[in-house]
Amino acid sequence: MPSKVLILLAHPALQRSRVNRALVRAVTELQGVTLHDLYETYPDFMIDVEHEQSLLLDHDIIVFQHPFYWYSAPALVKEWLDLVLEHGFAYGREGTALRGKAMMSAISTGGGEDAYHEAGMNRYSITELLRPFEQTARLCGMEWLPHFAVHGTHSMDIGSIQSGADDYRILVTALTDRMSRDAQRAMNEAQIIPLRPAEA
Amino acid sequence: MAQVSFLLMAFVYLAVAVISVPIAKRLGLGSVLGYLIGGVLIGPFGASLVGDQTDVMHFAEFGVVMMLFLVGLELRPQFLWQLRKPILGLGSAQLIGTTAVLAGTGIALGFDWRIALAAGIILAMSSTAIVLQTLAEKNLMKTPVGQASFSVLLFQDIAVIPLLAFLPLLAFGVPHGDAGGHGAAAHAGWIDAVPGWAYPLVVIGAVASIILAGRLALRPVFRYIASARLREMFTAFGLLIVVGIAVLMQAVGLSPALGTFLAGVVLAESEFRHELESDIEPFKGLLMGLFFISVGAGIDFALLAHSPGLIAALVFGVVAVKAGVLFILSRVFRFSLSEGILFALALSQVGEFAFVLIAFALQNAVLPADIANPLVAAVALSMLTTPLLLIAYDKRIAPRLVTPEPEREPDDIQADGTAIIAGFGRFGQVAGRLLLANGFRVTVLDHDADHVEGVRAYGFKVYFGDASRVDLLKAAGAAEAKILIIAVDEHEKMMEIAEAAKKHFPQLKLLSRAYDRVKAFELMKLDVDVVKRETFGSALEIGVEALKAMGFRAYQAERAGRLFRKHDEAAVVIPEEYWDDEEGYLRVFRQKTEALERVLQADLARPPDEGADAAWDTQTLVAEVRAAKPGARR
Repeated sequence: MPSKVLILLAHPALQRSRVNRALVRAVTELQGVTLHDLYETYPDFMIDVEHEQSLLLDHDIIVFQHPFYWYSAPALVKEWLDLVLEHGFAYGREGTALRGKAMMSAISTGGGEDAYHEAGMNRYSITELLRPFEQTARLCGMEWLPHFAVHGTHSMDIGSIQSGADDYRILVTALTDRMSRDAQRAMNEAQIIPLRPAEA
Repeated sequence: MAQVSFLLMAFVYLAVAVISVPIAKRLGLGSVLGYLIGGVLIGPFGASLVGDQTDVMHFAEFGVVMMLFLVGLELRPQFLWQLRKPILGLGSAQLIGTTAVLAGTGIALGFDWRIALAAGIILAMSSTAIVLQTLAEKNLMKTPVGQASFSVLLFQDIAVIPLLAFLPLLAFGVPHGDAGGHGAAAHAGWIDAVPGWAYPLVVIGAVASIILAGRLALRPVFRYIASARLREMFTAFGLLIVVGIAVLMQAVGLSPALGTFLAGVVLAESEFRHELESDIEPFKGLLMGLFFISVGAGIDFALLAHSPGLIAALVFGVVAVKAGVLFILSRVFRFSLSEGILFALALSQVGEFAFVLIAFALQNAVLPADIANPLVAAVALSMLTTPLLLIAYDKRIAPRLVTPEPEREPDDIQADGTAIIAGFGRFGQVAGRLLLANGFRVTVLDHDADHVEGVRAYGFKVYFGDASRVDLLKAAGAAEAKILIIAVDEHEKMMEIAEAAKKHFPQLKLLSRAYDRVKAFELMKLDVDVVKRETFGSALEIGVEALKAMGFRAYQAERAGRLFRKHDEAAVVIPEEYWDDEEGYLRVFRQKTEALERVLQADLARPPDEGADAAWDTQTLVAEVRAAKPGARR
């Protein structure tokens, strides 16, 4: 059974972001992918918690796609985390709704990749800077997947934007092909060797 | 035929138009061909329901005058100035080139040079009526081909004036009788008494008076008429302008079409343009139709049967020469191949001016009757060829030559286009200013001249008129606009506008104000995309301010307000099963109170901090932590 991917897109000025628009275009038609534009849905920050939670339940892999503002996400993503990942739903003794699902960050950064390095301007790697997201996933019992990043968006030509978008499409397509963890476990227990969807 | 009453004549013409044009349109032939064929069917060589077409045609030619007035209304003076190069360059090249080739062919065939030249000039004219009608129907008027075609036609219109003075010089015999017919020198009268040196002054005076009257006098006159609050007065005034200018132009010996065109251009920037346009449009349409029918009925099939070879050769030869010259010009003026072919075919017929000029030439003994009659038949038949040639172009040529425009990236944000605002009082102005401040084009419709006074200076396109009229919406660009904001005061008017827009301009996104929740729901039932109760927003803001004044923290009050809005707006929608109940004040009233009660009860039932904000105050988490620690205080 292929995985269902929920992309939570957060860009407060998508109209100005060539890169994020290209990324959106790259995945918008993919089978098994739901693109959820948070700033378009909640311009007044009135997040519909019930709706968001039911979306989470319907999907296996949650991708946060946003620009990497101040080593973090735009404000609405924080609001979303605060309100949607409720105690008793996402964490806590009875908060098991997200267990076995996976979470991932897909970010765009203005600086180049080499700036995110011990010797670079930003001193830490992206992996380190994303720790709060990683720990959020872990507290919810979710698997934390390696991030996807498009670097150097300040000085990017159409060609490299397109190749970044192509990479993103390949990655998200691969995610949809990924077996959900529950299914994997069930199959392991039943001693079934899973088939790749292409072979199935 | 003289005994046939006027009403019966009108019945025949209207009936044939109503029957033949829709059929022609459905078959993809266009309205012009429909009228022409309809004319043939009722003409002397068809059912013989109508007789001599000369009088009808003179009457119907006034449709061309009206059409040029409308064309003028669409053209701003700056735009006309931009067209000066194609008008003078392309226009003169077409007229001189075509005349030269046709006259040269005539001389080569052994005609007297004067006859050949006169015929060449006459046949070089194209049909304003057919070309503009056809191009407008195909939505090509704003394209380069449309503009080039229009430029050529406009130059021909201007050229008719000196040509009417020039043609009699080519006379080979003694002129007989007064020149009759279409405009220009025809009804000169007193103008002959004016000494030669003063004539240019008279002409300049007439033109200047049109411009001055259009700029200065129209606005107060329009306001005066508006005060009568009678629709037909606007129509009468519109017609009065067109007829008045035509009379003035004839009195000074200029082309009425040219005069009304000029008046149209002068009025193109006025906010009353709209109203004039929609008032004149139906008259123009009917007269143009009548004109085409009379052309069709006037085709002399007896002559055609008598010498089919001659007429066919004449039609084919003239159309080929005209199209050829136009095509060469299109290459010189750097059109693409497909544009060039379209341009050449569109203008390849001989126009209605030719009828006038042939009659004029006949009377002035420039052309002998045995040449004039086949020419008239050829002219009428050439008009029949254009719609057919353009169908051939659409079906056979265009698909091969026109490369489809590259598609836009599908999901790119397209923030452009025009917004129309119906009603520009206190409500519409706020919405309009926001749009304008963000760089959008805003067209405003209002029937109160006081509302629209002065706002044009800020960059709004302003039109005077009743926004529920489809023709007015159309003239305001509703077919191309992106959104329509319905911001008039009266609910009934909003419903009318919404219905009209849904029906005729389905691409428009509709946003409407509404008096209250019941009226809002009625608008929603019409599928209006966005409905906002007109006092709700500001009342809610006052409520939020009141919460703050009562001691809420600002963000708490703000969130409470937003939450209230969400629930209240959801409560506007009434379940579909209640839609079809019998109407009536009582029911509406009951609904209204019930709906309000529902909202209030829902508010009471919901604790203030419940819902979206729960995660900020995690009582459950606190409880869980305390339970996990034995001895912790409860």
